[in-house]
Amino acid sequence: MAVVDVELKIKRYNPEQDKKPHWETYEVRVEDTDRVVDALHEVKWHHDGTLSFRRSCVHGVCGSDAMVINGSNALACVLLVKDVGTNITVEPIRGLRVIKDLVVDMEPFFDQYKSVLPYLINSTDPGYEERRQSPEDRERFDDTTKCILCAACTTSCPIYWGNESYVGPAAIVNAHRFIFDSRDEAAGDRLDILNQRSGVWRCRTAFSCTEACPRDIKITQAIQEVKRAILYNRI
Amino acid sequence: MKVHRHSYDAVVVGAGGAGLRAAIETAGKCRVAVLTKLYPTRSHTGAAQGGMCAALANVEEDSWEWHAFDTVKGGDYLVDQPAAEIMCREAIDAVIELEHFGMPFNRTPEGRIDQRRFGGHTRNHGEGPVRRACYAADRTGHMILQTLYQQCLARDVNFFNEFQVLDIAFSEGRVSGLVAYELATGDLHVFHTKAALFATGGYGRMFKVSSNAVTLTGDGPGVLYRRGIPMEDMEFFQFHPTGIYKLGILLSEAARGEGGILRNADGERFMERYAPTVKDLAPRDMVSRAILTEVREGRGMGDNKDYVHLDLTHLPPEQIDAKLPDITDFVRTYMGLEPKTELIPIQPTAHYAMGGIPTNINAEVVVDSDNTVLPGLYAAGECACVSVHGANRLGTNSLLDIVVFGRRGGTAMAKYVNEVSHADLPREVEGETRQLVERLRAGTGGENVADIRSRLQEEMMDKASVFRTDESLRTVLGTVRSLRERYEQASIQDKGAVFNYDLTEAIELGFLIDLAESLVVSALARTESRGAHFRDDHPTRDDANWMRHSLAFRTDDGSVRLDYKPVVGGKYEPMERKY
Repeated sequence: MAVVDVELKIKRYNPEQDKKPHWETYEVRVEDTDRVVDALHEVKWHHDGTLSFRRSCVHGVCGSDAMVINGSNALACVLLVKDVGTNITVEPIRGLRVIKDLVVDMEPFFDQYKSVLPYLINSTDPGYEERRQSPEDRERFDDTTKCILCAACTTSCPIYWGNESYVGPAAIVNAHRFIFDSRDEAAGDRLDILNQRSGVWRCRTAFSCTEACPRDIKITQAIQEVKRAILYNRI
Repeated sequence: MKVHRHSYDAVVVGAGGAGLRAAIETAGKCRVAVLTKLYPTRSHTGAAQGGMCAALANVEEDSWEWHAFDTVKGGDYLVDQPAAEIMCREAIDAVIELEHFGMPFNRTPEGRIDQRRFGGHTRNHGEGPVRRACYAADRTGHMILQTLYQQCLARDVNFFNEFQVLDIAFSEGRVSGLVAYELATGDLHVFHTKAALFATGGYGRMFKVSSNAVTLTGDGPGVLYRRGIPMEDMEFFQFHPTGIYKLGILLSEAARGEGGILRNADGERFMERYAPTVKDLAPRDMVSRAILTEVREGRGMGDNKDYVHLDLTHLPPEQIDAKLPDITDFVRTYMGLEPKTELIPIQPTAHYAMGGIPTNINAEVVVDSDNTVLPGLYAAGECACVSVHGANRLGTNSLLDIVVFGRRGGTAMAKYVNEVSHADLPREVEGETRQLVERLRAGTGGENVADIRSRLQEEMMDKASVFRTDESLRTVLGTVRSLRERYEQASIQDKGAVFNYDLTEAIELGFLIDLAESLVVSALARTESRGAHFRDDHPTRDDANWMRHSLAFRTDDGSVRLDYKPVVGGKYEPMERKY
């Protein structure tokens, strides 16, 4: 652990004052084991209280603080200063409207999530016992249950930047989570939704989403599994 | 400031597990809105790791009565036993229901919900650890939060995201409305409603080292406290034994449930001395005290000898990957250590408020020592005090609490709002909120909110945490009061309307200061040691004088007045708490 001086270059935009975004630079003293979010807090708390960014759990499970850090999507509470260096640039995630500073409009992202029926659908009465599921069947969709809806994947996708009707990787991940759950009965409906123009076929397997995911979900693989399920009508 | 007006039958405040579960119960039965200062999936339920206990007996013999006994004993007999019995009995249905909602529990080879050991949960009244915790790897809370949110979407629940509730109105002796601040616009919203259910979570951010989200600032209890609702058992605040050193990030008790061991500087498994039967799986208050006793006696690690180690190195690597993937990733990310081969520095971290808004078993808020119900007002989850956790909550019982009492609260509220009409709103209902916001925006006193908050957190950690004395509490009480004076002089830089977190952090600090004061005053009065409240100057439990719940009222002059109400007993007589 060492004390370091960090130069933070942050893309700022205040809709009440600015016509367009601009960069501002701050010098802050932090420990190299601090998180990027700690450096942002240092700016906010002791240099410039007008800086706005979302954050909550600050350890990578709530998904509030996805941003572009040194050019790549990440959660500010998962990256440490020593891992990103002492010159840090921070921008809002791309593809969603910037409201203020690092705060973007999440509504389109959640609307796309909701469009894939992200809840268990099963019309049979299970009675008073749990539905049975083998450990193998449970493992089938384990990876995609990890999603925290931070939008790091979707807003790293070059297709999404150019076409906001594309549902995006996060929505597909959450569809995958139910399509491959042996207890669910609506895989066909979700596959129909993802077979539309806005669905999985927009994906060009750029792997940006997989690289951006702070939960290490194999997103590109999940998208490929959904494509295959549509093509071969088999789960 | 622009003011918008809405009318609903019921409003849920907070969209973590308790709020979402309540919303599911009310959906379709009345017009309900859910207000959260975050997005629902950002709620701190998602950070819960280890599991949710229910005596399913899927892997070994168990019974809900044993679970209730463990809950009562774990709570050091300050638990209201009928409430604990309800929670432990309904736990079984609650877990099955979550499974039906789609919760991806880990499974046994037979395809049933798997269960594992957890601190303080025992077979047949303390004979030995029992496998009772249902879990989804070490992200059980994440999966519960996601599942409940998904079910809300399936029911088309009406969410107002990033709406922060700052005031409540009562008319004709019952709830009539809420006032919320919209983060995106800075506008105020008045909700005319017959009922409100508070599910806003905890306030662990009054302590320096905490597992809590930075947004856990006690807004819900703070709003009600200012409007005359007492806070129950505030002196009981749980410190989880295994927080990552300095950061306080939680490393689940599941690490010890899976076989992890605590070791001091000599490498000794010191819990054998403190809890010979269950060792590292003793309840959290006891393990936290044991760790800090080791530290006090010079057997801590590091330059300051102020931490101990969590040892997972003897566990099979594949077990770590399968059962504890997230927490071992936290260790790699934040400590740069490999938990399969290296020891993990840990220290107790401020984790959970046993105290809060007093309620009965239907999550109705009760406002005095006679348990008088305030019609239309409900609370559930960590912000509430039923009391099922007593003086010390057992691990996993918080996830249970939110689904059981979230559901009960939702049921009771839906029934209530269908029987009554709206009470008229008071005139200028948003007036005080407007003043609060305008005063903070206009403040020129020069005091920095972050500095006041840091000082509060340091002092509370140092003097009102695991070990307390009359002297330490008197000192911290003086500090809290002087911090309130500084807070009156706070200025913020951001004068804008859009996503002004400078402003909302200042408002949140006000709630933290109020609640810290009520905690310290309650702790100062309680001259005994029970559960998480340990007084070096009164180190034993005093059942003759203190088998009662504290009620802290905020008086008109801003000071704290204490009252008490009896603990509701049951079949378990208080006995010495040994493990």
